Amino acid sequence: MTTLSPPQGTGRAGRSGPARVPRKQRDRRSWTGWGFIGPFMAVFALVFLAPIGYSIYLSLFRDQLVGGSTFVGFENYQRAFEDPQFWSALGRVSLFLAVQVPIMLFLALLVALALDSGRLYGANFFRISIFLPYAVPAVVATIMWSFMYGSRFGLIGNINDAFGVSIPDPLSPDLILAAIGNIVTWEFIGYNMLIFYSALRVIPHSLYEAAEIDGAGQLRVITAIKLPAIRGALVIATIFSIIGSFQLFNEPSILQKLAPNAITTYFTPNLYTYSLSFTGQQHNYAATVAIIMGLFTMVIAYAVQLRGMRKEA
Amino acid sequence: MSNTTVRRLVRTTAVVGALALGVTACGSSDGDGGGGGGGASSGLTPADVEAALEEGGTLTVWSWEATLPAAAEAFMDEHPNVKVNVVNAGTNKDQYTALQNAISAGSGVPDVAQIEYYALGQFVLSGALTELGSLGADQLDGTFSPGPWNAVQSGDGIYALPTDSGPMALFYNKTVFDEHGIEVPTTWDGYVEAARALHEADPGVYITNDIGEGGAATSMIWQAGGRPYTVDGTDISIDFSDEGSTAYTEVWQQLLDEDLLAPINSWTDEWYQGLGDGSIATLATGAWMPPNFESGVPGAAGDWRVAPLPQWEEGANVSAENGGSSMAIPSAGKNQALAYAFVEYLNVGDGVQVRTDAGAFPATTADLNSEEFLNVEFPYFGGQKANEIFAESAANVGAGWSYLPYQVYANSIFNDTAGQAYISNTTLADGLKAWQDASIAYGKEQGFTVTE
Repeated sequence: MTTLSPPQGTGRAGRSGPARVPRKQRDRRSWTGWGFIGPFMAVFALVFLAPIGYSIYLSLFRDQLVGGSTFVGFENYQRAFEDPQFWSALGRVSLFLAVQVPIMLFLALLVALALDSGRLYGANFFRISIFLPYAVPAVVATIMWSFMYGSRFGLIGNINDAFGVSIPDPLSPDLILAAIGNIVTWEFIGYNMLIFYSALRVIPHSLYEAAEIDGAGQLRVITAIKLPAIRGALVIATIFSIIGSFQLFNEPSILQKLAPNAITTYFTPNLYTYSLSFTGQQHNYAATVAIIMGLFTMVIAYAVQLRGMRKEA
Repeated sequence: MSNTTVRRLVRTTAVVGALALGVTACGSSDGDGGGGGGGASSGLTPADVEAALEEGGTLTVWSWEATLPAAAEAFMDEHPNVKVNVVNAGTNKDQYTALQNAISAGSGVPDVAQIEYYALGQFVLSGALTELGSLGADQLDGTFSPGPWNAVQSGDGIYALPTDSGPMALFYNKTVFDEHGIEVPTTWDGYVEAARALHEADPGVYITNDIGEGGAATSMIWQAGGRPYTVDGTDISIDFSDEGSTAYTEVWQQLLDEDLLAPINSWTDEWYQGLGDGSIATLATGAWMPPNFESGVPGAAGDWRVAPLPQWEEGANVSAENGGSSMAIPSAGKNQALAYAFVEYLNVGDGVQVRTDAGAFPATTADLNSEEFLNVEFPYFGGQKANEIFAESAANVGAGWSYLPYQVYANSIFNDTAGQAYISNTTLADGLKAWQDASIAYGKEQGFTVTE
């Protein structure tokens, strides 16, 4: 990808990758190539294509407790489009995406720029501490945060007791999405910071020297050199975050035990799929919802990528 | 790009490979002594059970019941060539989800699984459980209390053996009640008043914890005389507007409106802490609770006592069941004959005594009526003979209750619907109506004939 490639004008941009290897003797129908690619294709088909195919197959049926399995064509898809629970789940993750992702990426960018500025004391320690939450499994992180969120025995409860204040319960229906956003932000700032930081590191120093000669200030360096240079990384991080938001599952699923009324069984599309499939035994409809969500995510991610990349060219 | 894909692929392959290995390992550890026939009707006989015991083997048992490990130890002492692995695969619905997954996947299915009475219907309906009649269960008529014994039968088949039962009682923290000079309530109206008095005396004390739980709500309605579900094969009706349901919502709505219920989910850390430090003053729940007190809240030993369940009408004496479990043998289990040997030991044989000694509440009439059982003094409850209260409750369980054949799912959406009354201006009555509608919709979708 272009993520880590240096910006234009350094003379290395032309070597963007091995994609354009000339295909010689294309017409001879030699099967030697397949011999090389065969093992890969077999595993690829087994672990990527087959599950998708099977899900599509499943989504065309309806399995009932009474009556068994029947072919229903696209009825499940029609049902999904008329399903208020599905739309509310999708609306919720979209809101999450619109609010949480910009905050998280902005903070990550800020940290990456601070690290890259070279003016930070103990930069290595700072970097590893911020990255550390990403190394904590999401499940563990959520359990940890849920202890802190407890308004009775948790950190919130302790603060309330110690200072005689009453912080609103983060697990209440109004705040639960923000509480989840906080956990996700905490988890992924470090990861995104690392993407940005590594992209910043490959900017050639000569550019900064040139900027200095031209009398550019730090802010100017950031807006004119650094940000344009890491546009690719920004786009990639955004796409990852979009996918992550649409797939939100771990955090609400664990917090559900503490706040089952605030986190419904259809809180996010993935949670809805899970409930449908595993408590409702509606595997067919669950597969349908999963496929629709997959397509939806692909479309959004692709749109972002197109937009992000076009400006770069 | 292609480089990362390959690397990711290698990693995925490695993971898949590791998983496959894990599955194989699980499969082979199940042992294969005795007949390994599949299908709902096993065709195995008591002779096969004997043979399986001779041969020995390994059993995997999924259960969250606190007294089970002790009973499994005792069984292994008696049959040294049998190894019983007791696995806690989650409490109630978490375990059902795991079990359903294992059954759908066809691998990792335990040989024996604990299933509560309300959840049996769902598994029986989908043919996931072995019919136990031919294995010897058809000889057990009259061995168990009528309620649990009816609950494990469906049509002509017996699909599990009752392990315990859950006649309800009121567990209360005597220390807290004494401290504030408040009487232990005998009616639900009195319960609301006690809730007010306690909370007023100490704002940190709540009469009980509740954030909405289908099982608890249905038990209360059961005791109040409501019969919202009627089930006749695949014909179902659901109606939460009868008198019993209304009595329940009227009382509970007061507790909700005045914030007298601790917003803590049962079985969480906060819950155990609340039971221990006196901030949760009572629990109206099944007679299977004592061992959980002993293991989960050891610090509060001596504080708690047991009282009969508060009544809906002054002077009445009606009870209901809450929870109560059976042991079933999944059809996909490897060693059904040996599994039955264990299930029988646990529920009819010497295992009953082992479990009763550890504080479990049996479902066998012989044990329930024995002097020895009734006279057991519970040190945890300050030497109280709690079994007398439980046995009295068991004898007065309201008749004619039935659960939906898909109660597990229905309970899983209780918080989506009725649970909203706990966090918004929706009334509990409206919440129950929403629950009813959602349950009806699901029933219709699943091919049942549903009327309101």
